[in-house]
Amino acid sequence: MKAYIKGISYYLPERVMTNEELVKDFPEWSIEKIAAKVGVYSRHLAADGETAGDMAEKVALKLFEEYHINPKDIDFVLLCTQSPDYHLPSTACILQKRLDIPTSAGALDYDLGCSGCIYGMAIAKGLIFAGIAKNVLLLTSETYNKYIHLKDKGNRSIFGDGAAACLISSDGFAEIGEFSLGTDGSGAENLIVKTGCAKHFEKANDCHLDEDGHIQSSDHLYMNGSEIFNFTLDVVPTMKKEILLKNSLDKENIDYYVFHQANKFMLSTIRKVCGIPKERFYNNLETTGNTVSSTVLIGLKDCISNGILTSGMKVMISGFGVGYSWGGTILKFQ
Amino acid sequence: MESFDLIKFIKNFADQFDDTDAAEIKEDTNFKELDEWSSLIVLSIIALVKTQYGKTISGKEIRSCETVKDLFNLIESK
Repeated sequence: MKAYIKGISYYLPERVMTNEELVKDFPEWSIEKIAAKVGVYSRHLAADGETAGDMAEKVALKLFEEYHINPKDIDFVLLCTQSPDYHLPSTACILQKRLDIPTSAGALDYDLGCSGCIYGMAIAKGLIFAGIAKNVLLLTSETYNKYIHLKDKGNRSIFGDGAAACLISSDGFAEIGEFSLGTDGSGAENLIVKTGCAKHFEKANDCHLDEDGHIQSSDHLYMNGSEIFNFTLDVVPTMKKEILLKNSLDKENIDYYVFHQANKFMLSTIRKVCGIPKERFYNNLETTGNTVSSTVLIGLKDCISNGILTSGMKVMISGFGVGYSWGGTILKFQ
Repeated sequence: MESFDLIKFIKNFADQFDDTDAAEIKEDTNFKELDEWSSLIVLSIIALVKTQYGKTISGKEIRSCETVKDLFNLIESK
């Protein structure tokens, strides 16, 4: 029994926010510095009324069209999002109807961020191996910008909105290998939107400046950049070794690496700590920004379209971030 | 990993700045008062400490230091 990726598509919302436009709100900031450090020149933003559910629908339709997939053949829908349309029901249930997927299909949302695409592949592989589903539609869709305070220049420069879709099936073009996964809830407070859910339902209205002069608010996305950076430098090199071990591969066997596109500076530091050659390491978020759970699928799609990934290649993919949560696997291109 | 030498460390530290003259950065420099000081520089220092010295330092620890020498001592003690 094997599980494969059979198709990948992505969708970026129409509205583009360039660095030139962004610095108008922060005149003290240098465009060159943002671009050089975080590696983002422009990012897409979901429209006012456009939700993660809307973007997931659009990207699924794009996938169906691009790969001539009949929605009637989908028997499971997995939606990774931290910006669901409602507290309940699951956005994935609404998408079943909107995408004309049979009522005999299973559907669920799961709440993960930057590791989300990897976990989706792990769950989908499990569903296929267990004989529960044959064609799993994995959707990742995120509108983090709706959570970011307008005065939070750091996060506004890094994050972009976007969605990706992937069909996982018992046949396809890239076999999904063995996984290394990990979780450490002690980092929960370092990347969080505190209010709006059951624990703190009411808005806190506690917006203030932290010791670095950065905006901090319980009602908006908060990221402790240096803690997240340290977490990543701790777990990713170990995970990389474990993925190799679980797949009985040496690092010489890996043709290419597509890691979660957090930001350019963090990625190049991870690359150095992991000892991965530059030419085998994907680092591109120039026009998308960090789209959270969609970066790995967007990266894979771009690398396939540009001819960087070709048949016979072994590609390591991994995601890491909010939770903390991390995971990775090997894709064997057929 | 690099040997722990103050002169070398000051040079490596100064390399994290783009617009600040390296000559301006000495062991007794209060680095948080430099015009270019920012949270991005904090990340650069975390990366430097990890990649060059194989040690982990938090943003909070970096901010708790006054001078470059304080930071050097903190990293050396780890």
